[in-house]
Amino acid sequence: MSSSHNFLRWFRGATPATKPVETPARGPRTTRRCVGLAEFMRDLRGSEDQKPCALDLGPTSPANITFLADRYLRVYNENILRGAMDPTIRTPRDDGTDGLDLEKFFASNLAYQDRHFDAILCWDAADYLPEELVKPVVEKLHRMLKPKGTLLAFFHTRDAGAESPYCRYHIVQPDTIELEPAAGFRLQRIFNNRHIENLFKDFSSRRFFLGRDNIREVILVR
Amino acid sequence: MWKIRPEDNRAGSYPSPTAQPASAPVVAATTPALATPPKEGPKPADAHRPDVARIGKSVSIRGELTGNEDLYLDGEMEGNISLRDHKLVIGPNGKIKANITARDVVVHGRVEGNISTSERVELKRASNLIGDLTTQRIVIEDGAFFKGAIDIKDSKAERTEVRRPMISASMVGGSNATAGPTLSANAVGQGSFLEPK
Repeated sequence: MSSSHNFLRWFRGATPATKPVETPARGPRTTRRCVGLAEFMRDLRGSEDQKPCALDLGPTSPANITFLADRYLRVYNENILRGAMDPTIRTPRDDGTDGLDLEKFFASNLAYQDRHFDAILCWDAADYLPEELVKPVVEKLHRMLKPKGTLLAFFHTRDAGAESPYCRYHIVQPDTIELEPAAGFRLQRIFNNRHIENLFKDFSSRRFFLGRDNIREVILVR
Repeated sequence: MWKIRPEDNRAGSYPSPTAQPASAPVVAATTPALATPPKEGPKPADAHRPDVARIGKSVSIRGELTGNEDLYLDGEMEGNISLRDHKLVIGPNGKIKANITARDVVVHGRVEGNISTSERVELKRASNLIGDLTTQRIVIEDGAFFKGAIDIKDSKAERTEVRRPMISASMVGGSNATAGPTLSANAVGQGSFLEPK
């Protein structure tokens, strides 16, 4: 990893994963209770006349779209990790390595107006984003949220090897999600509470819910 | 006394993870929503129906495409597509850069543009859609890629009708300002479920 990456990591704060975890191609879904989601969804409901905007940053999930639309929300879906892996946003650096062009990334990803969303489901994308994108993406998400808008994010509490594969999240009930192991992404880093507070310092409130499966759920309010 | 009951493995009344293979819920849930039995493979069933106009994969069109019959489009298209009261099927080779207006749209291929339907949109397993959707019902198969916004036109009657059978794959909505021309088509398809507001 280049020195600039290390500098960014030091500035923002995070502990690198001990070793990258290659996830299996597919696996059986497991169900878990999600207190953070329950809190996130508690007041999130629209009406026929007024539909709050909700953005799902995970892979396309029919269950999530159904669940959110059923609560009279206008649903947006954008797989941010897939966008981050797009080779066209990479440009060669002077030292011969590939760098990530933030302008190109934001031209085709998260291209929304400021204060557009009432709620954002970030899931655990921050744990898997390339280092250069973490801080800019979090700042962009903050701008995209309306005042008092909420963001739900998950963070792995430790690199649990095969027990912490990349997962797709499907909402089953307001307080229950299904985790579906999927291929393609590696855990990049582990955030502790201090790192998360630094990363989301622009948000007005942060509430942490620690699960027993090494996942920390965080609700952030703009 | 120590016998483990099957329900002990469940979280409340939620479905057991072991009872559902990775992609089973979506496929199973989409089945009741389909008007015709789904067929997997490179050639969707609509491609062979005699009453469906067909545009093959070697055809490339640029401009405005309108019609009064169902259309199977497997080629490339750039512009606008309008099939007000009819069904459009984008084949697996279809590459569409267009805004689409139709009664039903089924996507097997790639679409960049907004889709507006009066009844239903289906995104098949390998489909790729970048654009906004406005529809009454949507069926998304697991594996489909979607980037954009979904606006479900609301209808309380339909919502009640299909909520349980299609819980993980479809939604229903109703009429709003943009649904004016679609009401007559819905009245045929939905019978007495539609009520004037």
